[in-house]
Amino acid sequence: MIRDTIRPGTILRVLVLVALIAFLVAPERFAGLLAPLTTNNAPPIYNQGSLVDLTLSHLFTVAISTLAAAVVAVSLAVFVTRPAGREFLALSRAVVNIGQTFPPVAVLALSVPAMGFGEAPTRMALFLYGLLPIFENTLVGLSTLPPAVVEAASAMGMTGRQRLLKVELPLAMPLILEGLRLSAVIGLATATIGSTVAAKGLGEVIIAGLLSNNLAFIVQGGVITGVLAVLISDGFQAVARQAAKKSGTRPQTET
Amino acid sequence: MTMLADAGPDEPAASWRIDRLGVVIALLLVVALALPFATFRATRIASGTGLLLHEALPAPAAAAAAAALVAALAGAVTLRRPALRLAAGVLALVALALGVGAAAAFLTPADNPYARIAPGSGFWVGVFAAAMLVTDAMVRLRLGPAGRLIALAMTAALIAALLASGAWSRLSLLAEYRSRADVFWREANTHVILAAGSLAAAVAVGLPLGILAHRVRRLRDPMINVLNVIQTIPSMALFGILIAPLGWIAANVPGAHALGIRGIGMAPAFLALFLYSLLPMVANTIVGLNGVSRAVVDAARGMGLTGLQRLFQVEMPLALPVILTGIRIVLVQNIGLATVAALIGGGGFGVFLFQGLGQTATDLILLGALPPVALAFAAAVVLDAVIEISGRGKP
Repeated sequence: MIRDTIRPGTILRVLVLVALIAFLVAPERFAGLLAPLTTNNAPPIYNQGSLVDLTLSHLFTVAISTLAAAVVAVSLAVFVTRPAGREFLALSRAVVNIGQTFPPVAVLALSVPAMGFGEAPTRMALFLYGLLPIFENTLVGLSTLPPAVVEAASAMGMTGRQRLLKVELPLAMPLILEGLRLSAVIGLATATIGSTVAAKGLGEVIIAGLLSNNLAFIVQGGVITGVLAVLISDGFQAVARQAAKKSGTRPQTET
Repeated sequence: MTMLADAGPDEPAASWRIDRLGVVIALLLVVALALPFATFRATRIASGTGLLLHEALPAPAAAAAAAALVAALAGAVTLRRPALRLAAGVLALVALALGVGAAAAFLTPADNPYARIAPGSGFWVGVFAAAMLVTDAMVRLRLGPAGRLIALAMTAALIAALLASGAWSRLSLLAEYRSRADVFWREANTHVILAAGSLAAAVAVGLPLGILAHRVRRLRDPMINVLNVIQTIPSMALFGILIAPLGWIAANVPGAHALGIRGIGMAPAFLALFLYSLLPMVANTIVGLNGVSRAVVDAARGMGLTGLQRLFQVEMPLALPVILTGIRIVLVQNIGLATVAALIGGGGFGVFLFQGLGQTATDLILLGALPPVALAFAAAVVLDAVIEISGRGKP
């Protein structure tokens, strides 16, 4: 087995992650770094709640919404690619394409009249919007399988269910993971805006900074969310590369 | 991924068979009829009372609306020809649109100018079901780009006619608009400038960068990686982070303040949208140029075209559809993201959206959320059509 050589990019990411954790655990040690951004002796470190708590609830909101979206979206994509769901295929494609033109912030705002304030509308919006990229990518993955592979599986006597679980889904996995990555990244961004509807998350830090004109709050909130998004996105890409290697398909990069 | 254009493979039509999609849509329409059609509130932020169709409209109008919806419901299940299904969907949408306007006029008490009548959940479920029926019919009709543009223009004309005729004038959303009409158009202007201006800047910078990265292979990966990281940063975070350097520039660079550069406001929003736009522009330019076949370039060279002539007369025109796809991604994305700009004082429709959230005023939220949704949708339909037309007759 050939080991991956450790790339400089990986080292950089590990260092960034360590710095992020250090900042979250002991933010007051970094006060000197952020103090030049404040005026009138304003606090340089967010003081209206624990940054660790905010980060964890932010991540939790994104994680459960993306997970729920993944379960539903993959099931729907499987359904419309089976003979029983064929009638829904064309419409579901069109709905996903139209849905992706909807701004996530509009979906979030429109969930509020229906669900009130707090975590619920944020999770709902993240879930709804998260469905789209996962569904689209799963659909592409399932409908672009090499026909020879599917035929070979049938010829081996596999039932429809075995073919789906042992051949089709593993082959589509890199694309499904890319869909998950897109959902998670959009979710992280939308959850930040969720703080305007009273969801607990890192957006609170940025908004507190905007309201009290404290640049240090804005920058630390922005940098934490930005770093989290980049690290999570990279993590998904690494897992997708592994899945592509395992299933023997070429890594699909989206450019 | 052209909206409304990529129909899946058609199955052989059975002579008579219940349309399962039609059944789902019909069930949704039944649910719509059972839910409140309109909501009555004594003031704009009071909690509302739901009113069913027959309570929200005078009896003859309620009967007409219900008949139209039932006809559409029956059509969804039994009709198979896409044109007829489209007609059924449009009938339902028109009945809902006229019905909700009439309900607002009927329910507004003469002595209470503060009362607000808004569409109820039944209306929205009905619109969703009818929109599904219309979308499915449009996909099956396989309209060409011109047909889709005409359909979009007709929809826009219909909505404009409904707004101009006063059929909706009693609806709470329009009451909300009337009390801030000047501000609405000013913010609409800001929104368009933010979205389209940052797109123009990204085209001006992204195309040369893409061409450069196409020519100089070594630059390609680092450039794409950096732009990828920027694209990943959440919008509110990037808006926030940019406040710091722009604030510093405004305070310390002479003349910057006079140019409109500020820590908060439009400048950081514009810059953030521009940065987000670079990745799709650069990446699609590279992909488009890579897709031009070597043989074509060699032939052009054989004809004696210089490098620049080859670029502008051969390579760029052939790469155009892919570059236009980048522009579509950017425009749709920016129309949405410009909504967030309001959080840092950048203006745009987000002003109403976030004000509405702050005041728990649903109508104000809708006033801020619906225009960007409509704009993004229209931009996507128009650019999809342009991309398809530009790609014709090309390998």
